[in-house]
Amino acid sequence: MLDGLANKLQKILRNLSGQGRVSERHVEETAREIRNALLDADVHFKLAKEFVERVKQRALGQEVIQSLTPGQQVIRVVRDELVELLGGEQAGLSFSRQPPSVFLMVGLQGSGKTTSSAKLARWLSKNNHTPLLVSVDVYRPAAVEQLRVLCAAHRLGWFDDPGDQDPVSRAEKGLRHARNGGYDVLIIDTAGRLHIDDEMMLELDRIRKATSPVEVLLVADAMTGQDAVRSAREFHEKMGLTGVILTKMDGDARGGAALSIKSVTGQSIKFVGTGENVDALEPFFPDRLAGRILGMGDVLSLIEKAEDAVDREQAEAMAEKIRKDEFTLEDFRDQLRQIRKMGPLEQILGMLPNMGPLRGLGQMKVDEKELIHIEAIIDSMTRTERRNHQILNGARKKRIARGSGRPVSEINQLLKQYVETRKMMRSLSRGIMPRLMKGMKFPR
Amino acid sequence: MFFKKSSRETPEKKAGLFERMKKALGATKESLVGRIEAVLGSVPAIDEGALEELEGTLLGADLGVRVTDRVMGAVRAAHKKGEIPSPDAARGVIRNQLLEILEVPELGGVEGSGTRPEVWMVVGVNGTGKTTTVGKLASRLTGEGRRILICAADTFRPAAIEQLAVWAERSGSELIRSRIGGDPSAVLHDALSAAEARATDLVLVDTAGRLHTKSNLMMELDKMRRVAGRKVPGAPHEVLLVVDATTGQNGLVQAREFTRATGVTGLIVTKLDGTAKGGILFGICEELGIPVRFIGIGEALEDLLEFSPESFVDSLFR
Repeated sequence: MLDGLANKLQKILRNLSGQGRVSERHVEETAREIRNALLDADVHFKLAKEFVERVKQRALGQEVIQSLTPGQQVIRVVRDELVELLGGEQAGLSFSRQPPSVFLMVGLQGSGKTTSSAKLARWLSKNNHTPLLVSVDVYRPAAVEQLRVLCAAHRLGWFDDPGDQDPVSRAEKGLRHARNGGYDVLIIDTAGRLHIDDEMMLELDRIRKATSPVEVLLVADAMTGQDAVRSAREFHEKMGLTGVILTKMDGDARGGAALSIKSVTGQSIKFVGTGENVDALEPFFPDRLAGRILGMGDVLSLIEKAEDAVDREQAEAMAEKIRKDEFTLEDFRDQLRQIRKMGPLEQILGMLPNMGPLRGLGQMKVDEKELIHIEAIIDSMTRTERRNHQILNGARKKRIARGSGRPVSEINQLLKQYVETRKMMRSLSRGIMPRLMKGMKFPR
Repeated sequence: MFFKKSSRETPEKKAGLFERMKKALGATKESLVGRIEAVLGSVPAIDEGALEELEGTLLGADLGVRVTDRVMGAVRAAHKKGEIPSPDAARGVIRNQLLEILEVPELGGVEGSGTRPEVWMVVGVNGTGKTTTVGKLASRLTGEGRRILICAADTFRPAAIEQLAVWAERSGSELIRSRIGGDPSAVLHDALSAAEARATDLVLVDTAGRLHTKSNLMMELDKMRRVAGRKVPGAPHEVLLVVDATTGQNGLVQAREFTRATGVTGLIVTKLDGTAKGGILFGICEELGIPVRFIGIGEALEDLLEFSPESFVDSLFR
């Protein structure tokens, strides 16, 4: 996607700097590309149109024309606008003064309510709350059982009255049980329903009236398309939403629906679901999603920030390679050379945030000599070997060892590191990046 | 007529089905065609403003930039040639374009191939309605007089097996299951052995929902394919991808990835009783040429209909 929007804009705006004024054609082409990127990300078409109009005003003024890389500038403006629209600040949960606080989970079928309920309970209990779960989904076969199994497996408080098939009374019983049992949060997992199903929406309203929830959370699938506007609006009008949980963010959906939901309900996205595991629930960061909607993750900001130290075109080519998983040993060597150009390695590592796969790297002691050895090893390989490390067998390794003057064990170690790096880069380009970028300081 | 191969339904039943489909698709109709009509009805002649609004309507129906560009390209071209004297004529152009996209040749083509048992795998991302669809399919096929065996190969999601057991009972089909956390390929192997022993006509395999980005889970599907093929020649005869009608442009990526990993032969579009238009199916059909086989229009056992492009597009345009 990097080549998608960024390059297209780059192409359109290439000759912009140095020209006296921006032509109408440039403006229109740029606007169209941005619009298409938003549409591809499932941002509602009306929103996309409005948005592009606004960006046009802002992005195509002085600021951009003077910039050396107008394409990147436009994208930055677009992203800033997106972050603002998505809510800027991160929003937390509310709790009622007198426990238990009732959280009502609502949404369409298959959006992930049951899984999210368990995840939320898990998150709460890790944050010193004592949640109780109750399922009022008496319609989907085995829905109650699904929640029970999840709760049992993760030792979460759970309530059921198998004899009672009335959702409202089940919710009320759950509330009583929470109150008497000393739980401070009650999470009510409701049946999936269509927003146009009046009868079912009425039922939801009755549950709401009976339990006075402090949070009514819409569970929405990140893969939702244009219809997100409609379903979110209906749920909000009928239920008064207080927040959103965006699920299935571990896929590659770009999540433009979030923008639609936020804009029609005015309610913040409070959490995102990032995996099938019960622990895979994370607070929402608008800046991460903004990059994702534009389809460029934060590989782009990495490029922007490292621009000073690294050759631009080379960096872009690298990002492309990472994306396509074509990162070879040759690239590995180029990277090492560039890193060395940036300054002492220890200092660079110190700039990396201390989290995720990079945890602990900052404190690592690095021997500069090692880098020279690694270069020597890679230099001793044939071109074919550098491009396809898998062909390296014992005989080839021996030859390389002789050429570089390093033992075979070191070659093996290097290969292991290379494979790890490759794996890490792939995951970086797929979305861990935004988290890492927070607090990352590059020298200017 | 309305339904392909005029199944085994009487004319009355057919009409009833058509009514039901129209009713279920009512919401869809309101949003897509209703709005196209609103756009076309409000203008005396087609002008740039009307065209732009029309474009917005198509985009708003999840048709995506590519399909919308194609349809609008045709409308604009016809408009230039003066072939659209009235807004009504534009409707015809759109209808033809949409129909053309949906009319793709069958990929499975196994109906009546004689292999026994036939094996159909049902795949898709999480929460699209695979288990419910398997239940409805079983009921539909049992109704046609076929002996159905359901294989509960979703051994991951808690209570997925119990959920399927309820559907198996409702539809009167047999169920082969293992415990949660078991190897799906092993269950499939068992199910196919059982099917051979019991002279079953067709085995429906419910698989666990998985995001197409998880390569290990996609490889698991590939393994199941291979296991099926070793056990029964030519199996799986159908790999049906279940797509949620509310899905946006990611649906295309899903279809692409599942096709690559499992060789999808047909689509099932679910939840068409909502306000979502299922517009992504046009994008999928256009790019990948995968035919839509069934549509889901509700939670009841009989709410799965055979798909035909004309009846779908026509019910949109009626």
